[in-house]
Amino acid sequence: MNGTKNNQDSFNPISFVNKQVRNIPPSGIRRFFDIAATMDDVISLGVGEPDFVTPWHIRSEAVKSLEKGRTYYTANAGLLELRKEIANYMEETIHVSYHPEKEIVVTVGASEALDATLRALIEPGDEVLIPEPSFVCYKPCTVLAGGIPVPIETKAEDGFKLTPELLQNAITSKTKLLVLPYPNNPTGGIMTEDDLSKIVPIIKEANLMVISDEIYSELTYTGKHVSIATFDGMKDRTVVINGFSKAFAMTGWRLGFACAHPDVLSAILKIHQYGIMSAPTFSQYAAIEALKNGRPDIERMKEEYNIRRKFLVDALNDLGMTCFNPYGAFYVFPSIRKFGMDSEDFCQALLTEQRLAVVPGTAFGDSGEGYVRISYAYSQENIKKALKRLEAFAKSRS
Amino acid sequence: MEFTRKLLHLMERNATYTAKDIAELLGEDEKKVAEEIARLQETGVILGTKTLINWEKIAPELTVAIIELKVTPQKGEGFDKIAREIYAFPEVRSVTLMSGGYDLAVTVVGNSMKDVAMFVGEKLSTLDTVLSTATHFVLKNYKVDGVLYADEPKDERVITL
Repeated sequence: MNGTKNNQDSFNPISFVNKQVRNIPPSGIRRFFDIAATMDDVISLGVGEPDFVTPWHIRSEAVKSLEKGRTYYTANAGLLELRKEIANYMEETIHVSYHPEKEIVVTVGASEALDATLRALIEPGDEVLIPEPSFVCYKPCTVLAGGIPVPIETKAEDGFKLTPELLQNAITSKTKLLVLPYPNNPTGGIMTEDDLSKIVPIIKEANLMVISDEIYSELTYTGKHVSIATFDGMKDRTVVINGFSKAFAMTGWRLGFACAHPDVLSAILKIHQYGIMSAPTFSQYAAIEALKNGRPDIERMKEEYNIRRKFLVDALNDLGMTCFNPYGAFYVFPSIRKFGMDSEDFCQALLTEQRLAVVPGTAFGDSGEGYVRISYAYSQENIKKALKRLEAFAKSRS
Repeated sequence: MEFTRKLLHLMERNATYTAKDIAELLGEDEKKVAEEIARLQETGVILGTKTLINWEKIAPELTVAIIELKVTPQKGEGFDKIAREIYAFPEVRSVTLMSGGYDLAVTVVGNSMKDVAMFVGEKLSTLDTVLSTATHFVLKNYKVDGVLYADEPKDERVITL
């Protein structure tokens, strides 16, 4: 048990660490890139954040807020002016109305919104459905909140979508929540209005709540993103999570938000209040400017991502790495089956032999086996260089 | 028009792109791209391609100056005749008609400050219509034609998750 004064010799710090935390494996992406970081001349297509700097007019608002001495906490839920802008933004983009004072909380990144929502909703033993491959946070955050993560393996041939069959088969009497991670990291898969309309009745029938992680909502390349919250009766059943990181290239500002029914929102707010108090003030002032005047920036960056996306997909298919056509986010998720290696071995070999770092698909769940994630949040020049190395690797193995 | 604009932006950024590269990047047909490039060259939209060189790194003695010229416009010719006379000098890299306090901005390159000063004193200021000159030497380039010279942008992103 724990060390005491009389028992100095047997003092063992790890024994103080919560067992559940001990059992959570570190992120598979991190583990891999810690190795890459020790090597020289590595080209990476690994990171999951925009390569663009936050547009200057947004940065400038943060500077101004500091010059004016706005260095205090904001309201727990965030600046009301920002919440009003978020309400406008949601109205314009997904056509759902949220009350700025009752249904919106500004968080430290979408990550905090996700964590706080899971903690606000999960009772011990509740099952949480998590379509995979998907972002690495859902599982550990569910476990830490006392829930039981239930992965749903989506498939390339279905466009990595959550099909009604897959959803239906995963539901048990203990299922409480569905995490809906679309547009998807790492696959680039999306759920269209038609796709969503097929799962909505199942969600209602099973009486589930949905956590819709829409952080990549602005980065879709074949039409506008559709939120499940727009469906009849789904607004109150859904916690929509979004943020500024991907759309406005504001990762380092750590700013996101959650929108939900007032009863659910006030529960999330309680956790946010005690754990965080309020999101950074200068980030919030910058975010107001982003929402008011950042639309052209989004379009400019999206156009650039789209160019790289087409280029990468073509190039990978030319190399015989069958690549599901990604419709959202900034990742491609090609198959590496033709190499006859598992994802970890492939990435390890690619790193040692060609000094090119990509992320093994298994970092995003077991169903990511046989795939790797390649980010195109890199300059075209960098992508071209990387592709040359990948080509050399493919040649050496053929 | 949208297609043309995108194509030009790509070529402006990287002149080594082939029609095939651009076709891939834009998701267009290679033949269509090649034809459009030919058309743009014929119509003088694309004037040429060249390599961007940071001469400071290889020939630090090279001196660049921006000269403000006040000139007397000529009947029937305006500023065109004097501009043509000036751009004919091989030392002159650019000539631009300006609004405001002076008329022509002339960029001159020489092997030393003295070189440039001599050129201005002997060749430019002696032209009939030139009223006055003001020479400003370039000390350091930070960004030229959209390209950063002084600060190499570094990828500072780290893998967090």
